[in-house]
Amino acid sequence: MSYRQKHLLAIEGLEPPAIAHLLDLAESYVLLNRSGRTQRDLLRGRTLINLFFEDSTRTRTSFELAGKRLGADVINMSVSTSSVNKGETLLDTAWTLNAMHCDLLVVRHGESGAPALLAQKVDAAVINAGDGTHEHPTQALLDALTIRRRKGRIEGLAVAICGDVLHSRVARSNIHLLTTLGCDVRVVGPPTLLPAEIERLGVRAFHDMRAGLEGADIVMMLRLQKERMTRGLVPSSREYFRFWGLDAEKLGYAKKDALVMHPGPMNRGVEIDSEVADDPARSVIKEQVEMGVAVRMAVLDTLSRSGRNDA
Amino acid sequence: MTPEPGPDTLFTGVRLLADGVDLTGDLLVRDGRIADFGPSLGRPDGAQVVAEDGAVLCPGLVDMRAALGEPGYEYRETIASAAQAAAAGGITTLAALPDSQPAIDDPALVRLLRARGEETGSLTIIPYGAVTRGCRGEEMAELGLLREAGAAAFSDGTRAIGSARLMRLALSYARGFGMRVIQHPEDPSLSGGGAATEGDLATRLGLPGIPAAAEAILVARDIRLAELTGGSVHFAHVSTAEALDLIRQAKAAGLAVTCDTAPPYFDLNENAIGDFRTYAKLSPPLRKEADRAAVAAALADATIDAIASDHQPRDADDKRLPFAQAAPGGVGLATLLGVTLAQVHNGTLPLPAAIALLTARPAALLGIEAGRLAKGAPGDLCLFHPERIWQVEAGELPGKAQNTPFDGRALEGVVLGTWKAGRRVFG
Repeated sequence: MSYRQKHLLAIEGLEPPAIAHLLDLAESYVLLNRSGRTQRDLLRGRTLINLFFEDSTRTRTSFELAGKRLGADVINMSVSTSSVNKGETLLDTAWTLNAMHCDLLVVRHGESGAPALLAQKVDAAVINAGDGTHEHPTQALLDALTIRRRKGRIEGLAVAICGDVLHSRVARSNIHLLTTLGCDVRVVGPPTLLPAEIERLGVRAFHDMRAGLEGADIVMMLRLQKERMTRGLVPSSREYFRFWGLDAEKLGYAKKDALVMHPGPMNRGVEIDSEVADDPARSVIKEQVEMGVAVRMAVLDTLSRSGRNDA
Repeated sequence: MTPEPGPDTLFTGVRLLADGVDLTGDLLVRDGRIADFGPSLGRPDGAQVVAEDGAVLCPGLVDMRAALGEPGYEYRETIASAAQAAAAGGITTLAALPDSQPAIDDPALVRLLRARGEETGSLTIIPYGAVTRGCRGEEMAELGLLREAGAAAFSDGTRAIGSARLMRLALSYARGFGMRVIQHPEDPSLSGGGAATEGDLATRLGLPGIPAAAEAILVARDIRLAELTGGSVHFAHVSTAEALDLIRQAKAAGLAVTCDTAPPYFDLNENAIGDFRTYAKLSPPLRKEADRAAVAAALADATIDAIASDHQPRDADDKRLPFAQAAPGGVGLATLLGVTLAQVHNGTLPLPAAIALLTARPAALLGIEAGRLAKGAPGDLCLFHPERIWQVEAGELPGKAQNTPFDGRALEGVVLGTWKAGRRVFG
């Protein structure tokens, strides 16, 4: 097997064969899921804990469904019901989880590096479900799977990642994955929302949608949180939409068959116009959700096997 | 309590190294003071003899910037444990930062800290007085009374004096007492909330960045304010090429501007934080390699006046957190000499210059008698072997706090013994 790590903490550092392995396996789970069959013996007797320090119905549900379809016992722990609010540290939580003999730990946390810290202390295989502004590896994998199924390949495609790249873990994971697989990746957004020296991650930076989207096969929009306006990074949502919101006109700068993606949840009228988001010919946003479950099944499957090899 | 002077001690056949002194020979300590030194001294009756092949005897190191856990953060470190770490590092005099709990903003607290140093018997503590009450950056503390009680200079510790007006007043008022103001040079409105130097590494790790320019901006401003007021400003732990260029120019223009740096800034670069290593989270943050190299170059060309440990003790719980939440700061007492000597071994600094940066030059900035080898000077001494090797290991360092950014680093230069007023306090 070409995926050799115990955890999935980041896309950065994964080699192309490891990514290809996860995507191929996920592809098989897409077919299994569509056939209505399940594979409930694979993770039978295994415990998967969804440890969410930030709310995310979408990602948590996706992991929950993936775990259940593979037969795992799935437990959801969210910050509002756990003792983390009562002064318990992240590492106290780790020791508690070890005592529960958790096999697979899915972690979402508001701080970059929190899953890596947990991974040092827990016995379970840790899957990063989004940490701060660092990475969100399963999102990048599901985006790649969506692209590969629609375009038949990933290598050589031009991908424009647009919007609040500064605060986006989705953008970082996608940049690492798509550049590793040989895409021409551009990031497009206002200068105040592009991180310092982003070009050194192997992408080109644009502040103008027309230039950034020219010749793009894929237009990936990012969510803009309202607090970015209150912190003064952009003056207003209407100004943002005017220059960086994706509408039919701006999509026209990309290739005629360019696909529109969004990790969700969308702010309609801020970063994306409903006309584009709901266009079945262009938008693959719903398909991304379906791919999410398959990709997470592939990740759980792979990590549970590498865990067994360790033992 | 003044510790009893130790027995007469004769160091023999060692390299004696201090400002203006570089010879191989003997040195005699009597009644806690240096009685004599020269190429060859006779052995007085009853004197203990210390002979060590290839060793260097220098003045006890003068660390002009260290935070103590006391008062207020005893769970991190006590004065007793800091004194133990200092002695193991060859340090016999230490200037303590005032941003403790309570802050050293009252003359009684200055006297208390000095007395607590004397109680250790191994370490002279010279407190800095707070520039502002509570080091809160709002109203000026009683600088005159703090000085009278024995404060060496004024500082708000790890907090930058952000207000230009306040800095102007402090420089101006302190000048009336002939005192320096020490700045933590980071523009707080640019550095606030940051966890690492802005750039591609912080971008990859998803950490909020602090631009290197945050340092240069405050340095530039405060140089102007020093010019305006005629006051003396000292910049702590300078870490960027840009700020060093400004300081170099200010010195050339004859302004009363001085600075120090700390070993992490000439020995490590930002890559030490890779994989979210919180022990390498410092304030200011570790910089890019070009800045690290510029700091080393500024040691060599004397732009930097002193090397200080910038010791910041932290508890494991302060550090075992997601990177952005972890407390910044690293311990530095036991590694001060060894990491500095790496710049000697790599050819950047001659050994006498390195020792001066750790002894006579910070002593001059503090206006104290320490840091010299002279007849009648205090018998505060550090004996070290410049080539012997040891490995830094978090968990095995002397003292309580173990948060070293140099974990795993092999260092050439071992402290063999430390003497305070003629009494052996380490080795």
